Amino acid sequence: MSLIATLARLEAVDTGRAQPLATVRHRHLTEHPLVFVPLTTAGEAGAPLGALVGTDRDAPRLLVVPQPRDRDLRFAFLAELAAVVLPYIDAYGQDVEAAERTETDPGTGKRVKVEVELCADAPQLIVPSRAGIEFVRLLGRSMRFRRTAEQEPEAPHPAPPHVPLLGRWLTHFGERARVPGSALLLALTDVLSRHWATGQSSLEDQHLGALLAWIDPPPLSDSLERGDPHERGDPHRASSGAEAALRAELQRDSRGQLLCPPAGPATDPAFDNKLLAPAIERYDRARTALAAAEDGLQADDRLGELTAAEREIRDLVESRTRPTWDAVWRGLDLLRALPEGTHAADRWTRDRWSFTGHRDRVLAGEPPQPRRDDAVTAANKLATREREQARLEAQEALDDPLVMAGRRLAGEAFAGEVTDVVMAYSESKRPSPRPLVTVRTDDRPHLAERAKVYRSLGGKPQAAEYVEGSYEEDGADTGGMSIVLRIIDKMGRGKEPETGSVPEKGDRVCFTLFEHEQRGGAKLPDPEDTPWTHGGPPGEATDPPADPVTEEDTL
Amino acid sequence: MNKAALASALGSPSAFGQSQFAFMRGNAFEARVKADGGAELLRLVHEKLDAGAEPPVAGLVPDLAAVGPEGRAARTALALREATEAGAWTLLDHPMLALDVAGSPAFLEPDAVVVHPDGSWTVVEIKSFPMLDGSADAAKVGAAARQAAVYVLALERVADRLTPAPEVRHSVLLVCPKDFSNLPAASAVDVRKQRSVTRRQLDRLTRIEDIAATLPEGTCFAPDLPTPDLTAAVESVPATYAPECLSACELAFHCRARSRAEGAVTSLGRSLRAELGGLTSVDDVLDAARGTAGDPADPAVAALRRAAQLRAEALGSRSPAPEGASCP
Repeated sequence: MSLIATLARLEAVDTGRAQPLATVRHRHLTEHPLVFVPLTTAGEAGAPLGALVGTDRDAPRLLVVPQPRDRDLRFAFLAELAAVVLPYIDAYGQDVEAAERTETDPGTGKRVKVEVELCADAPQLIVPSRAGIEFVRLLGRSMRFRRTAEQEPEAPHPAPPHVPLLGRWLTHFGERARVPGSALLLALTDVLSRHWATGQSSLEDQHLGALLAWIDPPPLSDSLERGDPHERGDPHRASSGAEAALRAELQRDSRGQLLCPPAGPATDPAFDNKLLAPAIERYDRARTALAAAEDGLQADDRLGELTAAEREIRDLVESRTRPTWDAVWRGLDLLRALPEGTHAADRWTRDRWSFTGHRDRVLAGEPPQPRRDDAVTAANKLATREREQARLEAQEALDDPLVMAGRRLAGEAFAGEVTDVVMAYSESKRPSPRPLVTVRTDDRPHLAERAKVYRSLGGKPQAAEYVEGSYEEDGADTGGMSIVLRIIDKMGRGKEPETGSVPEKGDRVCFTLFEHEQRGGAKLPDPEDTPWTHGGPPGEATDPPADPVTEEDTL
Repeated sequence: MNKAALASALGSPSAFGQSQFAFMRGNAFEARVKADGGAELLRLVHEKLDAGAEPPVAGLVPDLAAVGPEGRAARTALALREATEAGAWTLLDHPMLALDVAGSPAFLEPDAVVVHPDGSWTVVEIKSFPMLDGSADAAKVGAAARQAAVYVLALERVADRLTPAPEVRHSVLLVCPKDFSNLPAASAVDVRKQRSVTRRQLDRLTRIEDIAATLPEGTCFAPDLPTPDLTAAVESVPATYAPECLSACELAFHCRARSRAEGAVTSLGRSLRAELGGLTSVDDVLDAARGTAGDPADPAVAALRRAAQLRAEALGSRSPAPEGASCP
């Protein structure tokens, strides 16, 4: 964390309100994101308890597994989830625009442009917290190797039709979320804490309720309604973020339940033990009783009991997810109030490519993502993440003066006024302009001899070379320095530089020591040519075996 | 001392608790792994750690029941010695080990210890988080490795008292549910690093008598004392709160409240504290940044002022965007 961010945190402590860490929004938000608030069963892997899901903040779809250990109920939940998520994804897969992509021609080995489809927009999944992203990955992994009755009619316990497909999509979203700057799947706590600094540690920032309390504290009247008799005074005065965060984190009602339930997917142990466990037990009893019913009349009665028991669990799950659901939308409102950074759209285009690519793989009938990547795919993924990280850092700095301030403080950029421009030319046969520009700055960049620096000129980077620098001896302790730079490109082909391509005296300029655009690394061999040192070619892509089903019904 | 009761008495109850679902699942899985005289568990130890030895046929499972932790620890030591001499696969189910922590004995109960035919010992840790496609959550594996390292240390103390001292293997066996099933999957985890870290930390711990000696006469931590007395008693023991405490200590909320009230910057994170030099309180830092206090020659102060200036400049230059904090 940079010293500027640290300072913001301390100011937040001092003022009782979160302080901005960004002046623009660094992640793209689509018009209609799909919000997913899942809950899981403690101690079980991939046994969802329920979820709220949907694109309409006023009408979330509640999905519940009344007995999470029951395989059939779990499959029913996943089928319902697929019925909500897959149509949402499909809608984006159909609206395409023409685009070009460079590909290697398999016959000639040359790089050629090919016309391809690019989806005009992409679906966006929002989960409350980072644990939610992990849960999406886990759900994806648990579903994508299942077999439906159509694929394997003989196998016991077939999955409902769309479940394996949903697994592949959730896996893709989970995998994409690991790419820095991507926005297909976002954890709201991550995005909020990217834009605001609170007066608590980053560990505590992972609590969505507490984080929102710092950024946008509820008015005191809320806490009065919630039965807090200690609060007095003007009920409309907003409370301090610190107090509100503490309430969100710890305050419990008379039954010992948290007023602001954890954003999940893990539930509060007190909720599990006091409310959920008895309700599930009642449900189990009602189900056993129904199975043992002797005649139709008795069965009707007991079906009523079972429905009531299920209703109770549904209400419980809704009571734990609804506050988080509302908090997620409130967080999205806060983020939407910030103007979007220029380069966020550029990164969203990459997300659209990623989405289109996976859509094509699904349409082409390729098998699901393997359990383990082969060497070339793994190396490619790692290289992509590194490149995207560098791209994200550069783009955020260019979009946002506050981020750039951090880079300037770190000596990786400098801003200042042009004090002198001297025309000069290169010493080649056809002299080209190489103007010398003097910049006066208060920053202290770490410039090496002939180091290259870059500035943004109409959205494109213009390079310059460091010539010399001198410190001003004005007696002040923070004396500025003058830096002489030689501009070396983006001035056109003529002898005279194009108008506007060379800064003029009096201009404010900002140069960075880092490159604005990222070059791809060395090309990796095709998977078929994987050297033996890395396991050799992975072989034909085959349908990976399904997860074996256990004998017992429960996990 | 029951720190959870103490925390509640102080008015900052701890938030620790275990869901009965997790508890039941953990117990069911452990019982399954140890079923049939530990046949499955011994098979996993043989496969993952000691494939050269003869395969276990019917392992011995000595009875470790005894009265009180000291009795059980003694019984465990005896069973270990006998099993080592017998030279056969032996499973010790929930043995009791004693370890000296800061001058007072702490009793530890590993899930299981296996004695190999060659007389060496292995700690087995059974966890209920899944091992998915051969890998598990790194944070949870790390925590399990640290826990197992303490058991290895305690076992080494037992081994040292025997002649010849048997080897305590530095690879422990971590047993987790495989993928989404309740079948066990196991992996050998090398805990040499965790073991030496723990050993060093234990050696460096201030002895409890030394801490007690610094306390005022008559300090008492009984949770039924009036809150002001109790608070004074707890405050007489020095503590340095950091956010990591929240996941480890029952008194963390109490310490956090104190740390925040003092305006200590460490309550915002250790890394943050590290870059602020000698400035330890929020007010000190902000005063230094605003230029109302602090020595400009101090590099930390100079950097802070520069940071504050750059931050103000960047925030001032932005378009009058609606400030998030004042949104409805």
